[in-house]
Amino acid sequence: MPSAVVARKLSKEYRLGELNRNALVGEVVASAFKRLLGKDRSNYERIWALKNVDLELEQGHVLGIIGRNGAGKSTLLKVLSRITFPTSGSMAVRGRVASLLEVGTGFHDELTGRENIYLNGSILGMKRREIRKKLDSIVAFADVAQFLDTPVKRYSSGMRLRLGFAVAAHLEPDVLLVDEVLAVGDAGFQKKCLGAMDNLHTGGRTVMFVSHNLSAVENLCPRAIWIDRGCVRMDGPSNEVIQAYLATFSDATQGGADLTQVEPRKGSGHMRCTAIELLDSNGHPTPVVRSGMELTFRLHYEVFQLVREPHFGIEIYSNLGTMITSVNTWTSGFNTEELRPGKGYIDVNVGALNLNPDRYYLSIWLASVGPRYYDHLDFCTTITVEQADVHKSGRAMSKAFGLMYLPCQWSHNGYHQQDASELSQLDQERSAIVQPF
Amino acid sequence: MAVMATTRELWLYRELFYFMVWRDVKVRYKQSILGALWAIIQPFGTMVVFTIFFHRLANIPSDGVPYPIFSYTALLPWTYFSSTITQIGNSMVTNKNLITKVYFPRITIPAAHAIRGLLDFSIAALLLIGLMAWYRFTPSWNLLLWPLLTIPVLALSLGVGMIFAALNVRFRDIQHVLPFVVQLWLFVTPVIYPTTMIPAKWRIVLAMNPLTGIIEAFRATALPENTVDPRQFIVSMAMTAFIFVGGLWYFNRTARSFADIV
Repeated sequence: MPSAVVARKLSKEYRLGELNRNALVGEVVASAFKRLLGKDRSNYERIWALKNVDLELEQGHVLGIIGRNGAGKSTLLKVLSRITFPTSGSMAVRGRVASLLEVGTGFHDELTGRENIYLNGSILGMKRREIRKKLDSIVAFADVAQFLDTPVKRYSSGMRLRLGFAVAAHLEPDVLLVDEVLAVGDAGFQKKCLGAMDNLHTGGRTVMFVSHNLSAVENLCPRAIWIDRGCVRMDGPSNEVIQAYLATFSDATQGGADLTQVEPRKGSGHMRCTAIELLDSNGHPTPVVRSGMELTFRLHYEVFQLVREPHFGIEIYSNLGTMITSVNTWTSGFNTEELRPGKGYIDVNVGALNLNPDRYYLSIWLASVGPRYYDHLDFCTTITVEQADVHKSGRAMSKAFGLMYLPCQWSHNGYHQQDASELSQLDQERSAIVQPF
Repeated sequence: MAVMATTRELWLYRELFYFMVWRDVKVRYKQSILGALWAIIQPFGTMVVFTIFFHRLANIPSDGVPYPIFSYTALLPWTYFSSTITQIGNSMVTNKNLITKVYFPRITIPAAHAIRGLLDFSIAALLLIGLMAWYRFTPSWNLLLWPLLTIPVLALSLGVGMIFAALNVRFRDIQHVLPFVVQLWLFVTPVIYPTTMIPAKWRIVLAMNPLTGIIEAFRATALPENTVDPRQFIVSMAMTAFIFVGGLWYFNRTARSFADIV
């Protein structure tokens, strides 16, 4: 089999802090002047989004790409799809390429659904004749038939999303590059999309698929690569790669997680989060976290420079990368005092952890209002929630019942039995309905 | 070389190019009552104002042609030029979400704007015929050369527009500079006044502004009384070619980093 995608020593460097956005002439002149005087040369923070990536993918194969946020997964897709140019290295992609970095790219609000199908389709590389042929099928997939001639600006966000994905699902490129497009939308829609993805690789197409959804990667892709700080850290059968990748997440459930070595981290560094601990109702580190238990998150921090009223936040994400909730001092209205250099910890008590059994990612941030981050750790650790009989019914909640449960109480007082005459009438109606069968 | 390579890429992406033009046509007059009439109202309104203020009040001559016809003839290419460079100049920023998410030859967007503008130009040109009929003015047969003359206006607008578009990606100041440039450019172009008002020795200098030669050519082909100074025309054409190739070169050279910076 010939290779559909070949990359050799592919590197991409970004310069931070350089006239990226909304630069003003003043700044440019000043920096150009400084450079002339030889003062500004090393001031640019350089970041290698990709570094010496070697990759070969045979035609008809499906490759999963995993890695932490900011590791370079999306940059790799952008370089391969020619949206951005590599700083060095070479690459070749054989055949018609379609990149799907976003659902509904180029939708125009003023145009109708039908017009946008044509526009979006052509942007993604479909021919006019092809779109015309598939129009009915696209409309059916998106379930927007009655709004086809309504401007897209009147669509709900769900409808837009469905329309965008419907167009994408009808692409027939030789090579398809898909970024985390499935992290949006409701669970039912995600399932539909995963189904469509599955059809893609049975069609003999070459697919590269970036996702946080590790189970989707494992199911769809026989092979996966793990990108870490711009480099390919591992390349092999997806279950092995995923296992190795997961092993690097210090699971906070195992007696807390040390966060001092976590990379990459953003923020000014005035203060750093050094560890997270999970405590049970007695304040002891807990070896196991179960649905419904009382739990305390303890964030340990170290202050290096004076900070005024910092805010603390813990975000909980599903393994699809969807944020479930954010627990933070800002929305809770909890204020801290001015902190001078030193160490400390802050506790947040959760009366009952109403997450269903699964593995969850945590992101942690320390920030001042704005927010200006002092420290921001994206997906830095995980917690594994174990089953428990939260409703005291003898039946445990599980993933099958969603990501979380709601503390609830059932009552059933609104029922009254119909008297005999009503009952017989109802029976007649029912048999009338049933008859045709 | 650059022109050849660009043409080839545009040809490969001709379907997308077609849809970009189509999108532009569709979107331009959506949810507006007067729709495509705006293509006429703009130059026509400007012509009325010019006639009142510059002709009646300031007594600016018009080479023996009724002033409304004289100015409207020039306003056609001028309106095309000014609105096209404004649109192209901002196009990379307004299409930011496309540029950062999909690959296509970046030049598709400016080229689509330039082509789409020809539609407005043609609609507005129809009114010129009406205007001539109103003044019982017999146009020159050379008027049929106009389709040929749109080539240099298109090339010039593309060239200038692409330079601004590429700069705008990096420096948002361009958004503020553009309207100002358009305003000033009008005054150094013989739209309001005839070149005959300018002392002969300065006319070549005026031709360094490529629009001068182009607009004079538009007038000379439509109005029998007007002639074009061949030296002026050649200088303007050379400038147009230079700006077009330069703009194309600069745009293509910077285009590979658009997605990173915009």
